[in-house]
Amino acid sequence: MTITERIFAAHAGKKEVSAGELINAKVDLILANDITAPIAIQEFKKTGAKEVFNKERVAFIPDHFAPQKDIKAAEQCKMLKDFSKEYRLGLYFEVGRMGVEHALLPEQGLVVPGDLVIGADSHTCTYGALGAFATGVGSTDVAAAMATGECWFKVPESIKFIYHGTLNKWVGGKDLILHTIGDIGVDGALYRAMEFEGEAIKNLPMYGRLTMCNMAIEAGGKNGIIIPDKMTEEYVKGRARRPYVFYSSDANAHYVGVREYDCSKIPLTVSCPHLPSNTKPAAELSHITIDQVVIGSCTNGRLEDLREAARVIRGKKVNPNVRLIVIPATQRIYKDAMKEGLLDIFIDAEAVVSTPTCGPCLGGHMGILAKGERALATTNRNFVGRMGHPESEVYLANPAVAAATAVLGKIGVPEELGL
Amino acid sequence: MLLKGKVWRFGDDIDTDAIIPARHLNTSDPKELARHVMEDADKEFPAKVKAGDIIVAGKNFGCGSSREHAPVALQAAGIQAVVAKSFARIFYRNSFNIGLPIFESEEASAKIKEGDTIEIDADKGTIKNITTGEQYAANPIPPFMQELITAGGLIEWIKKRVKGAAA
Repeated sequence: MTITERIFAAHAGKKEVSAGELINAKVDLILANDITAPIAIQEFKKTGAKEVFNKERVAFIPDHFAPQKDIKAAEQCKMLKDFSKEYRLGLYFEVGRMGVEHALLPEQGLVVPGDLVIGADSHTCTYGALGAFATGVGSTDVAAAMATGECWFKVPESIKFIYHGTLNKWVGGKDLILHTIGDIGVDGALYRAMEFEGEAIKNLPMYGRLTMCNMAIEAGGKNGIIIPDKMTEEYVKGRARRPYVFYSSDANAHYVGVREYDCSKIPLTVSCPHLPSNTKPAAELSHITIDQVVIGSCTNGRLEDLREAARVIRGKKVNPNVRLIVIPATQRIYKDAMKEGLLDIFIDAEAVVSTPTCGPCLGGHMGILAKGERALATTNRNFVGRMGHPESEVYLANPAVAAATAVLGKIGVPEELGL
Repeated sequence: MLLKGKVWRFGDDIDTDAIIPARHLNTSDPKELARHVMEDADKEFPAKVKAGDIIVAGKNFGCGSSREHAPVALQAAGIQAVVAKSFARIFYRNSFNIGLPIFESEEASAKIKEGDTIEIDADKGTIKNITTGEQYAANPIPPFMQELITAGGLIEWIKKRVKGAAA
């Protein structure tokens, strides 16, 4: 069995499962946000359940349009708060305690290796970086699981992605996953598990692994997953709030495909409008001027991401034609970035630093694009209208490229700044 | 179950931001969502779509976000079914869970044109093009999904289990 199949078997109470099989499995954690929880709450009430299956395993995180951007958003956030109070949920995160959900839950040790997690948010697949099975579902699925503690799944086939060698300078998890999506397309892993391995993954720090698994959905994948190792142990040690299990793939596990990459040939990569698969080397896009740069999100809003951006921008100024918006993904990241002096570096460069929120990533608030404006962002999607006006454009890149772009006023790489 | 309606055509990789842009997700009211359905793919669409119409699209329909608001908006706008070459997986789940009939058919996706009138026989898994006289096969719906449809969606299916567990 693959690691994905092993986790399913363990949660379905079976010795073995195989791809294609339809199973009912127990879930360890369920999450929803201020966009998806309102429908989940409404549907949950229809089930007739008197309480949620486990008060400590349902997380409600108002992060998309929070801090509440308008009256309607406030009404939605209030639904989460009221429900959490009424049903005494242990994992409700009010503004001030919240963060972007997929940065917050691993950071707080609320997702652990070996877990089976569903979330009413497509980027729930992020937690595969810890060796958990995690996938995005809809609000009704979440409602049903809140009542029963279970969810139905079709066990996916797995594709193995092997990354050989070492990464080029400034290249990170974001470039690996963008390059991969560019290679296989936005439905290249449709319905399938994406298992990442190889020398470059072994050496990839946890924040880079989280970025890679985060964007498995952008290739249509059901989940992204990395077999837990020493790096995983380092990350969860002292953080995990529950016992955890390291699962692995058998030597004779079945894969429907294997893709191999030579990392020496993977450049700093940018996804051009309007699909994440529309990738080009960053160095070939230096003619594209940019109006706004966003550094943040569940993809690249972690402390190490901010450090990378700060290393590039330190002592420089944001180009006069650009607004740079930096969004630490959680309160802890915000505070750590402040203590390390990273926020000083951004503010001295004339960037703005925002409180944690998904905000502009989905065109919610805190940096919306006008007609004809163009952004480069460390986020995950560049669909038509994703960050604002339907005639605006979004380019996706890693934090170092984003910082270089903010200084140059056009898409650029750190080397152009002598770094 | 026979579903007959006029077709609106869309291409490949229609994402959920195109089906219902996130800027309208500060509500989950189906009627309000319906007023903006598909507007970033076709600005005129909310005004011209009529109850009973059917969408036919290319591959990977509904990719991107997990928002259930996408099938909800289509349903509330009167779309009675979606036919595509393939669907993104969360959209696929969501559609069955809320009771929006969807059908995978490579042939239908390739041959049906905007404005055609088609009739889908959900039980037989066939799609008849009334305009051209052609007939196409849809991929069979897995037995469990049929069970969900028979029960009236996931919540109705769960209700029995919740009650069963309490008894």
